[in-house]
Amino acid sequence: MSKNHSISFKIYLTVLVILLILTVITVGVAQVDFGMFNAFFAMLIATVKAGLVLMYFMHLKYDEKLYWLIFGSAVFFVVLLYFFSELDIVTRVIQNSVL
Amino acid sequence: MEKNYLNWKKGLLSWLLTRDHKRIGLLYMITVFSFFFVGGVFALLLRLELFKVGETIMNSAFYNQIMTYHGAVMIFMVIIPGIPAFLGNFVLPLQIGAKDVAFPKINLLSWYCLIVGAGVTLLSLFLGGVDTGWTFYTPYSIETNTAVIPVVLGVFIMGFSSILTGLNFIVTIHRLRCPGMTFFRMPLFVWSLYSTAIIQVLATPVLAITLLLLVGERILDIGIFNSEKGGDPILFQHFFWFYSHPAVYIMILPAMGVISELISAFSRQKIFGYKAVVFASLGIAGVSFFVWGHHMFVSGQSEWAGIVFSFLTMLVGVPTAVKIFNWVATLFKGSLKFDTPFLYALGFLFLFLIGGVTGIMLAVLPFDVHVHDTYFVVAHFHYVMVGGTIMGIMGGFYYWFPKMFGRLYNELLGQVSFVFIFIGFNVTFFPQFILGMSGMPRRYADYISPYEPLNQVSTVGSWLIASGFVVAFFALIWAMFKGKKSSANPWGAKTLEWQTSSPPPHENFLKRPVVSKDAYE
Ligand SMILES: [Cu+2]
Repeated sequence: MSKNHSISFKIYLTVLVILLILTVITVGVAQVDFGMFNAFFAMLIATVKAGLVLMYFMHLKYDEKLYWLIFGSAVFFVVLLYFFSELDIVTRVIQNSVL
Repeated sequence: MEKNYLNWKKGLLSWLLTRDHKRIGLLYMITVFSFFFVGGVFALLLRLELFKVGETIMNSAFYNQIMTYHGAVMIFMVIIPGIPAFLGNFVLPLQIGAKDVAFPKINLLSWYCLIVGAGVTLLSLFLGGVDTGWTFYTPYSIETNTAVIPVVLGVFIMGFSSILTGLNFIVTIHRLRCPGMTFFRMPLFVWSLYSTAIIQVLATPVLAITLLLLVGERILDIGIFNSEKGGDPILFQHFFWFYSHPAVYIMILPAMGVISELISAFSRQKIFGYKAVVFASLGIAGVSFFVWGHHMFVSGQSEWAGIVFSFLTMLVGVPTAVKIFNWVATLFKGSLKFDTPFLYALGFLFLFLIGGVTGIMLAVLPFDVHVHDTYFVVAHFHYVMVGGTIMGIMGGFYYWFPKMFGRLYNELLGQVSFVFIFIGFNVTFFPQFILGMSGMPRRYADYISPYEPLNQVSTVGSWLIASGFVVAFFALIWAMFKGKKSSANPWGAKTLEWQTSSPPPHENFLKRPVVSKDAYE
């Protein structure tokens, strides 16, 4: 693991272009109504974008594995929060439509 | 005179700009006990109002505010920083044979975060106060025209204090253990601080974001908690309790760590099942993240989510019971010494057991629906927080007092104050179980007359608690300056902090300690 790794300008530029394209896609997707999956698609694209920023702009891809563990634990807790809150909200919808 | 951390530099600035973990610990001590006094006065006022049916010393709007501040002050300024930031700061580096924590300047910064945050929160008292309760539930916290924003921002700032302390402890425990101090030779107090630190670092940011969203809702009307705009007020409760349930373990885990130290030291035994206690601490920290919905059984949360959370909540009982059994097993055949710290440890065992078992009762969904928002819940969480955390703070404070100040406190006065606090506590809160079971709702400034006798008992109990703390306060202040000189190890305890002089020198140990045995051998 070298400390002074440098990422080529080309990679940065490619990532930037992908991010811009994804932004355009976000706007595009917002024009279509997916019902209760609206948030899902918006979050999916945002997660991919955040992932790219983390990997390349914040160098996570080239760093020690320990940083992955720390980052991973944060992701795990976000998923946890999301999962149980969503469990409530989704089943509330089902429960109310049954009754 | 011999040089130690208390006298090696003089002047107010040498304290306010110190990077010595022991001095920072004492700064926290002063802060935490001052806020404890403020929160305690609020509590006495609440009990006084409830002494008789009808309006007596305050109107109900004022009562709502005092109740909010009692909760917010006690939670965010006393029991969350209480053990980790005060006792933990002082003891942790000593117990692992380190010179200081890993980031001494950040340690000082975290104290200033607490001071600034508490200042902003209490400033709101002069801006009309706040009456939402310490949980700031939407939609009321959005609609009320009281000073929600300063209170919430203050709590936000205090959150950083907690995060920075947790981060500091994690790095300290990983990097600064002295030679021979392997992970499984660490005292259990260190393990409990480690488990606590994980929660502080992972959960507190969620509270911070939640409170910022609330501010955003009030100022910008963003709509995330507003059902008219497609938001969900119950989502606020999810976010809030995602932090605030684990926060219960920020309060209780370090107290359990203190109790482990006390039980080992005063029964002259090594802790029965050391590793089981370690994994129980980590287990409690882990499970604590999966149970928050038990605060929301009647909030409008779906019944299915309620069932899942009800089941998961009962899992907390398992590692907790492991600890209780291990402590009791440690006491078995020990040569017990009933000094004040040990009395607090026993107090913890009795009171926390009641708090824990009533917690399991409340985890049972149908039972909770029945007693939700009654005094049963109030009694339960006071048994957990006072019976747990305050017993831990007091027991730990008496235990490490000789180490902190190099002086002994008066044993008789210590025991007398304990008896007042312990009996007073039960007189105050046990009747509230009965009141709750018979349906008295919490949070109101008034009640119907059948509840009056037990409320009067409860209020008298609050005076007993106050008397106990007054005795303890003056006895300890006196002992700090005039008490008998203490030896390095007055209790004959085994852990590393007792190997250095009392009070310790500036950098803790004159010679770097090397460890070759387990914590309690
Ligand atoms: Cu809880």
